[in-house]
Amino acid sequence: MKEIVVISGKGGTGKTSITASFAILGGGDVVVADCDVDAADMHLLMQPDYDYSEDFYSGEIAYIDQNKCTHCGKCARVCRFDAISLNNKQYIIDPLSCEGCGYCARICPTETIINKERLAGKWFISNIKSGSIMVHARLSIGADNSGKLVAKVKNEAKDIAFEERKGFILVDGSPGIGCPVVSSLSGASFVVLVTEPSVSGLHDLKRVSKLVKKFNIKAGCIINKADINAAKCAEIMEFLKDEDITHLTNLPYDENFTKAMTQGLTIVEYDKGELREILAESWRKIKQLVTN
Amino acid sequence: MTNSKPFKIAIASGKGGTGKTTLSTNLAAFIAEQEEVVLVDLDVEEPNSGLFFTGEPVHEEDNFKMIPHWDESRCTFCGICHKVCNYHAVIQLGLTILVFPELCHSCYACSELCPTDALPMVPKKTGTLKDYQTDNLHFIESRLDIGEEQAVPAISKTKKYSAGKYDNVHIAIFDSPPGNSCPVIEATKDVDFVILITEPTPFGLHDLTLAVETMRALGKPFGVVVNRYGIGNDAVLQYCQREHIPILAKIPNNRKIAELYSSGKLIYQEISEVKASLTDILDFCMKTAEGEVE
Repeated sequence: MKEIVVISGKGGTGKTSITASFAILGGGDVVVADCDVDAADMHLLMQPDYDYSEDFYSGEIAYIDQNKCTHCGKCARVCRFDAISLNNKQYIIDPLSCEGCGYCARICPTETIINKERLAGKWFISNIKSGSIMVHARLSIGADNSGKLVAKVKNEAKDIAFEERKGFILVDGSPGIGCPVVSSLSGASFVVLVTEPSVSGLHDLKRVSKLVKKFNIKAGCIINKADINAAKCAEIMEFLKDEDITHLTNLPYDENFTKAMTQGLTIVEYDKGELREILAESWRKIKQLVTN
Repeated sequence: MTNSKPFKIAIASGKGGTGKTTLSTNLAAFIAEQEEVVLVDLDVEEPNSGLFFTGEPVHEEDNFKMIPHWDESRCTFCGICHKVCNYHAVIQLGLTILVFPELCHSCYACSELCPTDALPMVPKKTGTLKDYQTDNLHFIESRLDIGEEQAVPAISKTKKYSAGKYDNVHIAIFDSPPGNSCPVIEATKDVDFVILITEPTPFGLHDLTLAVETMRALGKPFGVVVNRYGIGNDAVLQYCQREHIPILAKIPNNRKIAELYSSGKLIYQEISEVKASLTDILDFCMKTAEGEVE
């Protein structure tokens, strides 16, 4: 079983549209994991049936029993996250600022503060239209610990792939280089970097590929909207060569990306012509690279 | 809050790549034609605003987060430190206390509850802050070192730096990170107004609804800018109407914009519709600002 992770550094480069296309091309042999839990979009293209769902608890949150509170103010003084404030003579916890460290509860002289488990989101196992299974999730608003939810989604997908003897796990990662991205990279067999030929695209590609290098994972790159800027595109190809990253393909700037999405379709379902051909060829290449 | 200067506008979006940086940089440059403005890039994982300005930093400093450092000579192995750490960032292995900086949230519990002061807090570098100045534009950015996972402390630090530095400027613009989790909360929680920029597609709409929920949970006033208007469908407009969310501007879809952006160029001087959109956006923000003072 091989694990392919698609990330981009910069958002909006077409990562999810491309990942969903690979999921369709891979069909029943690919378990999909939507690890962009912060702004998950894959479900809009894959017709998931939400067959199974489970609450995700992670971390803790402080809770003050107002009846027992003596208003000594110790809790507010030790909190480093400015999460406790005096409001109408009552100490109040701001749930969006509380990081659940538990310090306030530990020093409260009257044991008025308790830490409760925090509901951080929900995760799902769905049958999807490619004839396979997708594990996906929704992070609660403003929740911390998205890295842990990413790990949960990935591990569930792994278990399913293992039990059902699937060949591949395909992971849609999140933008950036922080904790959810690091979490989605751990254990990957191959990374697909999706970029665009712009100053930001290249800048972010450089940062994210440094991160991939730290994990020592083989990588390939797709340049989307390649015809927007020929010079930048050449610069990216040069960078890929220097960094020993396989250049998988170039995709043109094509409004069929949006048109497909608007109909809830992947690109390879909507466009049976050039775009499908290019993506099918990339998918073949990726499978070849990852199994070698 | 009402008297605090400057008026702080965050530019945010649930989905990445909808035009946060394009709007932030163009709006800042547009304002700078008339008056001083501060632009702060809080997308510390992938800061891009700086690619659209030239100039040398007038100030540079390291960003730190505070982590406990074990002082073996003082430790009595009482076990309190690892018992109180909710993040498993402090553990005892034989007669050694190990600290995992990437798991530490800098809550100080282990350090302050240690009876023998054996875990003093020390700074650990997580990235770099740079402060640039060109004419009327003050530009501040922070970037996380590769491999550092926690964006929140760097965002918080950058906000503090910019607040202390440019008290006399009327407008500050925060280019925020994408998503809806802790980094966005940190970037937007003490601004005066939030602009959510989206695109009129199913992904754009879905992520906008999440961003709206986040802003409502924070109790922030916000409005929407629709970018690449003309692609996709009108579901975003219908949603905003239904939810009584003001639409500040619709920036038309135009391949020329993508091309200019790709070369690191500002757009509003070249494309008149963009300049008109910026005027509308600024007007709306200023009306909000005045409304607050009343």
